[in-house]
Amino acid sequence: METQVMAISRDEIFKKVQDVLVNALGVDEEEVTPQATLRGDLGAESIDFLDIVFRLEKAFTTDPANKFTIPRNELFPEDIFNNTNFVKDGRVTPAGMVELKKRMPHMDFSELEKDPDINKMQFTVDTIVNYLDTKLNGQAA
Amino acid sequence: MRWIWIDKFVEFTPRTSATAVKNVTLAEEHLHDLYPSFPIVPHSLIVEGMAQTAGILVGEARNFAEKVILAKIGRATFHRLVRPGDTITYNARIDQLSEQGASITGTVTVGPSKDLVAEIELMFSHIDQNLAGLRFPEHNFVFTEQFTELLKTYRDAADVTI
Repeated sequence: METQVMAISRDEIFKKVQDVLVNALGVDEEEVTPQATLRGDLGAESIDFLDIVFRLEKAFTTDPANKFTIPRNELFPEDIFNNTNFVKDGRVTPAGMVELKKRMPHMDFSELEKDPDINKMQFTVDTIVNYLDTKLNGQAA
Repeated sequence: MRWIWIDKFVEFTPRTSATAVKNVTLAEEHLHDLYPSFPIVPHSLIVEGMAQTAGILVGEARNFAEKVILAKIGRATFHRLVRPGDTITYNARIDQLSEQGASITGTVTVGPSKDLVAEIELMFSHIDQNLAGLRFPEHNFVFTEQFTELLKTYRDAADVTI
C-alpha cells in the first residue's frame, strides 16, 4: 500500500522544531530564531544532539505504526567529524569539504569555506528546518 | 552500603516498560541527613531509583552489551514527599530506543492508591557509541552483578523468560 505523506509547510516545521528545542535545551521560545546556533546561542552540548534527534522523531511521527526516523549521522554527521581523512588538526580537509557538501545539502557552508576551522561549523535552527523540509517535502524552500 | 535504590521488579516487558518497587524504612541512614527531624527521601535519590529501573530496561534491550549511562534528566516534576513506611513504585516506559541510546518517560507513585510523587523524563547514552575518541574499559562496568541479580530475581519469581 502506498504511504500517504501529508505535506507540511516550512512554518509548521519551524514551529515544531522550536518546541523541540525549547524542551530539549531549556531555552525561551524567542531565543529559537532561524539563525540561532545550537551550541553558541542555545547552549547545546554534545549529548543534547541525540536528545534533539529523539524529540524530532517523536514530534514528526504522525502514525505510530509508521514512525518518522532520522538515521544516524544523517542530520548531524559525527562520523565525518571523527574521521581523520575529513578533519585533521581541527580543520576540515578538502576531501572533508566535499563529503560534507554531499552529505549535508541542508547546511550552509559559506563561512566554513572561508576558514575550514571545524569549530566555526555551526548548526543553526535553519539547518534542522532545511533538513526536515527536504526529508518531508522533497526539497528545501 | 550498596548503591541500589530499588528492591525488586514487579513487571518487566522487554524494550517497552518496567516497574520496580522500593520500601522506605527508617533504618536507612540517608533519611536522617537531609532534614534531621523530618525524614524524607531526597528527590535526587528518587531520580536515581527511576534511573536504575529504566537503565536496566534499556540495558536489557541490547542484552546488556552496551554501557548504558544516564546522560540527561529532561524533566523531573515532584508532587509530594516520600516518607518512611512508604512503598515507592517506579514505572518506566521507553519512548525512543536506538543504536546510540534511549529516552524514557517515568512516573513515580506511592502506596496502594498510587499517589503521584513525580514525573520524570530521562535520556540514556550507549557511551561506546557516542563519545568518539574516548576509550572505556572493555568490561561492562555499568551492569554489575548487583543490577543483573535484580532482574534474575524477578525472572525466577515470575517464572518468565526475558
